[in-house]
Amino acid sequence: MLVFVIYKIILVLVVFAISLGVAAYSTYAERKVAAFMQDRVGPDRAGPFGLLQPLADGLKMFMKEEIIPTVSNKFLFILGPSLAMLTALMAGVIIPWGGNITMGNTSFPLQITDINIGILYVFGVVSFGVYGIMIGGWASNNKYSLLGALRASSQMISYEIAMGLAIVALVMTTGTLSLGEIVAQQSGTWFNFVYQPLGCLIFIICAFAETNRAPFDLPECETELVGGYHTEYSSMKLGFYLFAEYINMFISSAIIVSLYFGGYNLPFQNLITQYIDGNVLSILQFLCFFTKVLMGIFFFMWVRWTIPRFRYDQLMNLGWKILIPLAIFNILATGVMMYALGKV
Amino acid sequence: MPLSQYLFFFLSFVAVLSALLVILDKNPVHSVLYLIITFFSIAGHFLLLNANFLFIVQIIVYTGAIMVLFLYVIMMLNLNKEIEPHKKNIPKVAAAISAGIFLMSLIALLKGADVNLLPAARNSNIGLLENLGNVLFKEYMLPFEISSLLFLGAMVGAVFLSKKEIN
Repeated sequence: MLVFVIYKIILVLVVFAISLGVAAYSTYAERKVAAFMQDRVGPDRAGPFGLLQPLADGLKMFMKEEIIPTVSNKFLFILGPSLAMLTALMAGVIIPWGGNITMGNTSFPLQITDINIGILYVFGVVSFGVYGIMIGGWASNNKYSLLGALRASSQMISYEIAMGLAIVALVMTTGTLSLGEIVAQQSGTWFNFVYQPLGCLIFIICAFAETNRAPFDLPECETELVGGYHTEYSSMKLGFYLFAEYINMFISSAIIVSLYFGGYNLPFQNLITQYIDGNVLSILQFLCFFTKVLMGIFFFMWVRWTIPRFRYDQLMNLGWKILIPLAIFNILATGVMMYALGKV
Repeated sequence: MPLSQYLFFFLSFVAVLSALLVILDKNPVHSVLYLIITFFSIAGHFLLLNANFLFIVQIIVYTGAIMVLFLYVIMMLNLNKEIEPHKKNIPKVAAAISAGIFLMSLIALLKGADVNLLPAARNSNIGLLENLGNVLFKEYMLPFEISSLLFLGAMVGAVFLSKKEIN
């Protein structure tokens, strides 16, 4: 029992540290990717290749003057970024990071908890995530912040529906809601995106909208809303909002990989499993998962620096008039296919 | 006392306190936030009853969707203490009386109720996803489908009402 608790605590701390580390270096990677796309050099002053840039940025955030508007609601003003950070970190607990590690006679799964409603838990966290932005935007007592908060909430609610419907089709084919089982099912066979190409596409688009990333970054649209919901924020509270966005990007790309791109499974894994030790395989799987996730993050950045921002009515039209009907069609087509193939 | 009992009392305390604060707080945005806390503690009760599907649905539907819309509307209307119109006393008294009657009828209804009469209540795993799905889609198929029609009707009605001109 004690071993179990200690092991879980270590795993939680490691996942926490990895989330923060990846988020910190995502800010650096984003600037480097942007520079690469625009034929520039990017940050190169702090350390070799500018590798210490995230530290410099973090230090700058801490050192800046902290301003809380006098007309704002102080408690809610602080609660906003805290909630954003909290919900961003919460989804990491159900992601399977790799296979089992065996030590002595006990095997330790590299997943903090495999609850049997895993995907729904992700939805719960995602749907709760909007409060950080809404509360922060409202508490700032600034019309631009409020408009950004309103945009964020309507955008996230609209895209949650299409996201949920895309998942329904996946759950129909896998027959489980547990993320660990979904990943285990993809071991040594085709990954889920082969069976659910349309669902995968819809899910990825909705993930962009849920993380408020370009081309759906309307809540912080600089050209219209100054800074959107975080106009009034300064210092580390602004840092928390920006940081939460990068953590969200990391977690959502991990979830996309787990659901549709085989999770920690290596491609052609069943050909090599008999030749290597279980622990080595687990480590390989962890590295493979991480590579896939980093590719996902790169994809997020690639899109941001390629596609311009939508207009708000275009965003709503895409969500309600294209993605939701497509997702319903996907459910129908999946059902028909499963019936035709005798899987029901 | 086992740990789950402590949790039960704690969650009940939080639920009742935040529910009271919903109606006692003057600021409508604060009321909505207290209501979110209430829903969260009710979701915790579902978890104590081993009903993890209801727990997560309570969070997704109530705190995640409905309360976001509440908050959205209240922020949009920008309600403040200063511009809130002064209400007359008669509606307040009427509301208190009708709520009191409702509470009394609820108590009268539940007083003689026997939980064991429900066929499902004997099974403590009924809240788990598979069992709930089986019960809903096998035993209660027709009521389930009729309630979905009800939702469809409500949705069509809402769209109809929000349309400005009718062609």
